[in-house]
Amino acid sequence: MDPEILFLILTTAVKIIVFTFVFTLPIIAYSTYAERRVSSIIQDRVGPNRVGIPLTLFGAKKDIPFSGLLQPLADGLKAFLKEDLVPAHVRKFFFWIAPALTAAPAFLCICIIPFGSSITVFDQPVKLVIADIDAGPLFIFAIASLSVYGITFAGWASNNKYSFLGGVRSCAQMISYEISLGLSLIPILMVFGQLNLSDIVQSQANNGWTLLPLWNEHGSVFNAAYWQNCTEQWLLMIPLGISFIVFTTSIFAETNRMPFDLPECETELVGGYHTEYSSMKFALFFLGEYAAMIVGSAVIVTLFFGGWSLGFGLDTAISSMAFGGLLHILIFLTKVIAFVIFFIWVRWTVPRFRYDQLMKLGWVVFFELALVNIFITAGIIMLLN
Amino acid sequence: MPSVIFYIFAAMMLVGGLMVVFMRNPVSSALSMVLSFLGLAGIFIGLNAYFVGILQILVYAGAIMVLFIFIIMLLDVKDEESHPRKGIALTAGVLIPVVLLIQLAGVLVTDEKSPSAPALSLNVAAEDYQQDSVIYKKLSSGSLPDIHLIGRKLFTEYNFPLQVIAVLLLVATVGCVALSRKSVAQNNRDKDSDIPDQG
Repeated sequence: MDPEILFLILTTAVKIIVFTFVFTLPIIAYSTYAERRVSSIIQDRVGPNRVGIPLTLFGAKKDIPFSGLLQPLADGLKAFLKEDLVPAHVRKFFFWIAPALTAAPAFLCICIIPFGSSITVFDQPVKLVIADIDAGPLFIFAIASLSVYGITFAGWASNNKYSFLGGVRSCAQMISYEISLGLSLIPILMVFGQLNLSDIVQSQANNGWTLLPLWNEHGSVFNAAYWQNCTEQWLLMIPLGISFIVFTTSIFAETNRMPFDLPECETELVGGYHTEYSSMKFALFFLGEYAAMIVGSAVIVTLFFGGWSLGFGLDTAISSMAFGGLLHILIFLTKVIAFVIFFIWVRWTVPRFRYDQLMKLGWVVFFELALVNIFITAGIIMLLN
Repeated sequence: MPSVIFYIFAAMMLVGGLMVVFMRNPVSSALSMVLSFLGLAGIFIGLNAYFVGILQILVYAGAIMVLFIFIIMLLDVKDEESHPRKGIALTAGVLIPVVLLIQLAGVLVTDEKSPSAPALSLNVAAEDYQQDSVIYKKLSSGSLPDIHLIGRKLFTEYNFPLQVIAVLLLVATVGCVALSRKSVAQNNRDKDSDIPDQG
């Protein structure tokens, strides 16, 4: 085989394995832990702080608790070992396929997210993104729109009125918020003139993050030249700030997180679409939800907070370092984790919306806001040129 | 496009298409159609038409089929499962594909005779565009900016048809909202009564 193609296949395989299994899955596991610890901090409790290395099993006097850091492992093991209960009244095929259809799309989105700038392997630059395609945000929307199927089928196949209501709710909710999600992104695309996420991040590294334009090619806030050339950036902050609010809120709705978790709304629908699910099938829904949350955070970070870039013109210096690309990965993951904690914080702070309020917010407020925002951006761009 | 990948996606598309016809359960048929669309999107992407492929998933698999399935589930269509296949439907189902197949064969035969567009390398094609445009930069760096090219074509050469279609869609949307709205009189009646309308 052609050595270049072989190199491409090998690096891509390594990237897929590392990005999915070394970065994303542990973050998912520990965001479930963080969810419980942060919620316990917010509610003034202790939270799961016991699971560590169980030395008592091997005859020692005391366990090593590690402040509960092994809790996710124990949870995963529990999900695997539990009895897998399939009720008699369900539609078997759809009941089995639904959890996979929920988890798979969330993981697929990882492939276009730029985790870092690039590293040099055997004298060849390797971009730290699995698929560097020119249609990044569209690809995310396309795949995210497929994740409706999993939840809808779960609700329908369970043959249970609570599950069915949850499925119908999620279907309507996700379709409604996809519109404002898509429209809120258009100002970003207008400003950057790009759909390639790597290029969007690169231009943010050079010209200031979308929501933090503290530097541009003339220097950072500490230089006088910056202040003479920054009007455009700060004016564009108005529409971009609006699209950030609309986009983030829509991501909350798309991932069925509080305050928009109507599809599983425990107080009304028992468990919503996953009422009939148990063991690993339930864990897959859980995994899918957290994976969607992490991909959502990663997309927000990539589009609004500079992705892997550190800013202030330091990125070229980092890239020229031997393994600077890896440092960029660390910066990116730090931002993503910060956003995941923001997601958790919101969940335990804001109470759940009523269903009609949710629909009204989506169709009457955000849809119009995102639409008007496009015209504001166009007006500002026209004014400045 | 490597032929192996093409055959995988083509098989996915055909199997999906056949399952749409042969499945008795409407929801299974709808899901098979999604499978077929995904196969088609895979073929588009294999032909370097990322935008078309992604739109295929976004619009057809992600939006239209979701609504189909939503309706099928809400109505809980079960009649199809019990009905035997009717003669007329079967005949039509055989005849129409045959007609389409003949048409397709006709197109394929003439295709060999018609002149093909000159094969341009990306660097040469870049000369048609402005030096500072994204399209020029992408083409001269060896990648195909299909979204930018489609956008440029749509908003320059086909601008008027595009606007007409946009207005048409807007009319359809407004009409849909107008038709599904309750009349004002009925709205007022609902507001006046404390008990929700059971009728």
